[in-house]
Amino acid sequence: MSLKRKAAAIGIGELKPMKEASPDVTALGLMAKVAAEAIADAGLEKRDIDGFLVGVPFADPGFIYPASACEVLGINARMLNQVDIGGASPAGMIWRAAAAIDAGMCSAVLCIVADLNRAGDQRPPTISVQREFEAPYGNIGANCGYAMIAHRHMFEYGTKPEQMAKVAVDQRKNALKNPLATFNDKPLTIADVLGSRMIVDPLHLFEIVSPASGGAAVVVASPEVAKRAKHPPVWLLGAGEYSNHSTITYAPSLTDSPIKPAAEAAFKMAGLAPKDMDFVEPYDCYTITVIVTLEDAGFCKKGQGGAFVWEHDLSWAGDFPCNTHGGQLSFGQPGLGGGMSHVTEAIRQLMGRGDARQVKNAKLAYVNGNGGIMSEQVSLVLERAS
Amino acid sequence: MSEYTKPLPKPSPTSRPFWEAARKHELKLQQCESCRKFIYYPRDRCPHCFSDRLAWKRVSGRGKVHSYTVVRRASARSFGDAPYVLAIVELEEGPRMTTNITAPPEKVRVEMPVVVHFDDVTPEHTLVKFKPA
Repeated sequence: MSLKRKAAAIGIGELKPMKEASPDVTALGLMAKVAAEAIADAGLEKRDIDGFLVGVPFADPGFIYPASACEVLGINARMLNQVDIGGASPAGMIWRAAAAIDAGMCSAVLCIVADLNRAGDQRPPTISVQREFEAPYGNIGANCGYAMIAHRHMFEYGTKPEQMAKVAVDQRKNALKNPLATFNDKPLTIADVLGSRMIVDPLHLFEIVSPASGGAAVVVASPEVAKRAKHPPVWLLGAGEYSNHSTITYAPSLTDSPIKPAAEAAFKMAGLAPKDMDFVEPYDCYTITVIVTLEDAGFCKKGQGGAFVWEHDLSWAGDFPCNTHGGQLSFGQPGLGGGMSHVTEAIRQLMGRGDARQVKNAKLAYVNGNGGIMSEQVSLVLERAS
Repeated sequence: MSEYTKPLPKPSPTSRPFWEAARKHELKLQQCESCRKFIYYPRDRCPHCFSDRLAWKRVSGRGKVHSYTVVRRASARSFGDAPYVLAIVELEEGPRMTTNITAPPEKVRVEMPVVVHFDDVTPEHTLVKFKPA
């Protein structure tokens, strides 16, 4: 059983993240906007959409959500579901869509996320064991967990603050060429990053994603539907998913993440290796996330991620193009739309629509989606139509 | 004394013995009578071998800082008294716990030996924290 070339991404819609969404904007309204954009980009009509995978917005949550969103959009679905694996949800939607298509359940799936940034207090955990054993000690929100991963990585492997900072610096070079990115007006230096306010030792402000409002959608279609697409289809070659913890305290390791089995499965299905990739789009909620991902996905040896990002140029024109849209660190994190931004950017590049930041001869991409504190992982290998 | 406004644990039927021991300033964990592993946080079945033969045991209270962070700007308003040291302590008996290290932030190091102490944050609630050994 394989999903290799069983379905293709044929259309994308994405909003420029908004720091402050105007009060007359709703999450469902943003969803309608990106749905229309993605369906038109695919060259389809709304009636062609017969599958629906959605991430539930924090700003407008609800049980039994997919049918409600479908009703608002006027979509009749042969397969509908909510994907709830945190930041890995968008990447997780892509292979779930392909699996449903391959099983003959539907032929064109709208994968969609949208959310509003509610500035202010971090919501307390809703999971009972996290409310009971984490929140009383102040382990609230994602910052703390990634900071503890970073400290342990520094201890075990000698990873340096300037190596982590370089991830944000190089990705900013990419954002400067991306009109959709939040931070695209001025370059960043390592001194800027290390001079920014320390939030959770050892992570500085510029190493941490900035929450925003926004949304994105991708249409995944069967080979038959893909024939009528407006743009060259982007094939799913491989996918892998893995999770072995929720709270990082109880993970088998702080520094060996579940990305390893997810990436191994994706590359195995694709019949390819990390060295075959022309560019990578790893989830980057924090700088340390990229370093751990590149190690565990096999782009460098374990523990060498810091040295690897230091020695390579991660910009779109560099020797190791990484997060060519700027990453979430420069693009912004519009809820689950942050995770979707890695997927949409890979599709854009592979369709040859990278504009001023187009990676030359981009044929193969590695994408990783990461949920929670390095918990849920989804790796994808995507291919440009030949 | 001002009112305590931080989140408090609400014991479940599964975890109640843990918090009751903490109120008596004792650190008790479940031990699986089948695979002998210690377990944190409390479970209904051993997450390792899935046995339901779990027994509460008093443990040493000694461990090491597996990792930590100094939270300088907290995500939640109730922790407005930041900075505080949030840590993962690995107990001698094996399990890791999320906790706080009661020490000046600049003194805390990865792998530093620590020992349990009990913080009676309200008359009904005691949190399990650690300090340098």
